[in-house]
Formats: sequence, C-alpha cells, structure tokens
Amino acid sequence: MISKRIIPCLDVRNGRVVKGVNFEGIQDVADPVEMARFYNDSGADELVFYDITASFEGRGLFTDILRRTAAEVFIPLTVGGGINEVADFERVLACGADKVSVNSGAIRNPGLIEQAARRYGNQCVVLSMDVKRVGGQFRLFAKGGRVDTGIDALEWAHAGQERGAGELVVNSIDTDGVKNGFDLDMLRAVAARVNIPIIASGGAGSMEHFKALFLGEEKVDAGLAASIFHRREVPIAALKRYLADEGIPMRIIRQREENSNDS
Amino acid sequence: MIAIIDYGVGNLYSLSHSLTHLGVENAVTSDRALIGAADKLILPGVGAFGDARKRLDDCGLTEVIVGRAHAGIPLLGICLGMQLLFEKSFEYGEHEGLNLIPGQVCPIQADLPRPLKVPHIGWNQLHIVRPCLLTRDIAEGDSVYYVHSYYAKNVGDCLMASSEYGVEVPGIVQKDNVYGAQFHPEKSGEIGLRILRAFAEGA
Repeated sequence: MISKRIIPCLDVRNGRVVKGVNFEGIQDVADPVEMARFYNDSGADELVFYDITASFEGRGLFTDILRRTAAEVFIPLTVGGGINEVADFERVLACGADKVSVNSGAIRNPGLIEQAARRYGNQCVVLSMDVKRVGGQFRLFAKGGRVDTGIDALEWAHAGQERGAGELVVNSIDTDGVKNGFDLDMLRAVAARVNIPIIASGGAGSMEHFKALFLGEEKVDAGLAASIFHRREVPIAALKRYLADEGIPMRIIRQREENSNDS
Repeated sequence: MIAIIDYGVGNLYSLSHSLTHLGVENAVTSDRALIGAADKLILPGVGAFGDARKRLDDCGLTEVIVGRAHAGIPLLGICLGMQLLFEKSFEYGEHEGLNLIPGQVCPIQADLPRPLKVPHIGWNQLHIVRPCLLTRDIAEGDSVYYVHSYYAKNVGDCLMASSEYGVEVPGIVQKDNVYGAQFHPEKSGEIGLRILRAFAEGA
C-alpha cells in the first residue's frame, strides 16, 4: 500500500534555513545540509528546499547547498523559489533536484508548466499555490502570498493539472503559521477538482493535526510543515509512528542501530 | 567499475553519488569502450519508452548493452531502464524492448480495479515474492520510492518483489544476470542503498 508522506520544508536564504510566521518575521534556524541529513535519518519522506534568496550570490550559495545535500541524502528533493523559466528547471535539476516547484513563475507565465512537463515529465513539475479566502472565494495569491491575483484558486489548480503539473502543493495563507491545524475545507475543495497528488501546507501545530488531515481528506497524499519540525516541536520519527498506530499508511524506517550492525 | 549508462535520459546525479557514497567506483558514461569494459552496467532512465529506445539506438549503445548482458555481465535497469529490458512496451504505440526479460510494459491506468492516481508516485511497500540478490539485505514490507505510469506484465518467474497499487506492480525482476527495479533505489533512502550495495557486491 502506498504511504502518506511527511515533508519538511526548508526555506533557505543566503545559505541558511529560515522560516517565517505568516510570511513575516523571518528568523534563522540552522545549516541546510545538516538539517537535511537529520531529517533523512528521522524518516522524512521527501525534502523541499525553497530558495528565498533575492541576490545572485545567494543563488550560488543555494545551488551549492543543493549539490552537497543531493550527494549524501538519498530521498526525493523538491526545489522551489525563483523558478521563472525552463532554464531554472535545468539549473536545479543539474544540482540533484528531482522535482521543481513553480508558483509565481507559473502565474506570470502559465505556459511554463506545459513547457517543463513536456521536457522533464509531469512527475518533475510541482505546482505550488498560496490560497486565501476573499469574499467567500478561494483566491490565488502571488509573490509569497502578498498579492491577490484575482484568480479563482480552484480553477487554477484544475488548469495546472491540465497543463501537466504532476503534484500540487496547497498552502493556506489563512492557516499558515497559526498552528491550529491544516485547512481541511480548502483542501477538500481543491481535492474535488484535481486527480494529482496533493501536498497540504499551512497550519500544522501538532501530531493530531496530521491525523485529522489524512483521515479527513483521503485525496491528500502528504503533509508539509517547517517550523514545528525545525524546532523539534513535532519530531518526525515520533509523528510517523503515531500516525501508523492510528492506521494511516506510513513508511517506518528501521532503527539506525540495526542499520549500522550489518553494514 | 560500474558504468552508469548516459544516453541523455534523466538525472544521473543521485545514482552516481549513491554508489560513491557506498564506496563503489562508478562512471556516468556514453562511451562504448568504457561500457564494454565495465564490470557491471546500470541502465537508468525517465521519460517515455519510445524516445528512450530511440536514443539508445542513436547513441549506438543498444548492441553493446545487449551483447554484454548476453555475455553474462550484471546489468541493472532502473525505472524506465528496467522497462527497456522487456520484450515490448505499449506506451504511445508499440515499441520493441531489449528482450532480455520476458514481459510487456503496459499502462497501469487501464488495469486499475478502482480509481487511483496515476502516476504511481510515492513510497510503497515491497512484498518479496522470491528472495534474490537484490532483496538480500532488505525485509518484507520495506518501502521504496516509485514514480511511474506504466508497469510490467506477464513476467512469470522473473518476478522477485512487488508492490500493491490496485494491481500487482513488479518492483524487482531478475533473469540470470539481468536485474530490474521499477522504483528508484537511489531515492529510496537506506533501503535503496542496501539494494544498490547488494548489486555492487554480489552480482
């Protein structure tokens, strides 16, 4: 049986992991390569590296981190941030990324999804969307959740799938950073419109929130979070054991002691 | 030395680094002489079967790969690389495979008894059907990472391990010195490294 996935997201700026609360008030957490190794050993099913660097120098640091991580962490790596053209796909794939996440770049040029899917396959293209309720509608936001595009988020999700996106990250701005649980209403609404894997983001504060997510909407495949993992408020190994005990299919890795015995 | 065959299909960075991580000498190459001299071969690949098959031919690699496999050199196909080992594929038409393992490659979607998302993306558990070299260091129920929309059928006794996804998906196949993994061992964490190590050490 296929497992539900637990995905830590590492926001990287100038070579360090940072995480905002409600997209504001960024604070430094740790070294990205160190953290990736730690998450791999903890049983994270995948890693997302999000490049929030603005400068050219910072971008070089980011690809270097990506290269170093991919040389020693052998689980799927998704990379996002600053992906505006097919050349950006090429740049991060060459450094060891497996999937590339597009957000504002796809809003500016929806054709980017098609171009990238044709070139690298649908499995490589992750459409990430920041969504917020505006006047009773789920509205798509751009630029890290700062700008209302006026686009209906559910239409956007469906169109993204048709253009060739292989997975969808749904980040609820309404619940992000609040730690009151994932935005199940929003996720259900999106799930009703697409048939590609959905990665839920925004709002996780406890193990129970992940349980509610996976039991609440069966079409959600993965839960993504950042600060609660980075600050060890929710340890991934314990979270996955808890969810497995609750009957949710999880990949449980064997203990490290056992690994080192026979290698 | 293990030659990772580079024919312009997919990202070979992780595969090469995972072997290096295991202390296994390897080279990513499209050089026929190097492939002809390697102790073992890995045939990777992502994308569409027809394109990949054509690229192998265009790079002049089909003959050397098949020749070396017939000569008993261990060959491991990964993902699309595994699919290329079969008799034929029905991905966008009908294409001849390398015919090293019996079986055909067919769309998962057509055989699903209940609606499931395709591609089959994510971690799925392996059920060991016939213990073999590649399952040497792993256990029943260990998870590996899959990304694919087509799967092998009618593989008979060559089926070594499978995963359930509406249908029985062949995860590991083997015929003599020719091995295949439908999942990505280079993306399957510790379990994947164990599978690659078994191939590097034992085959």
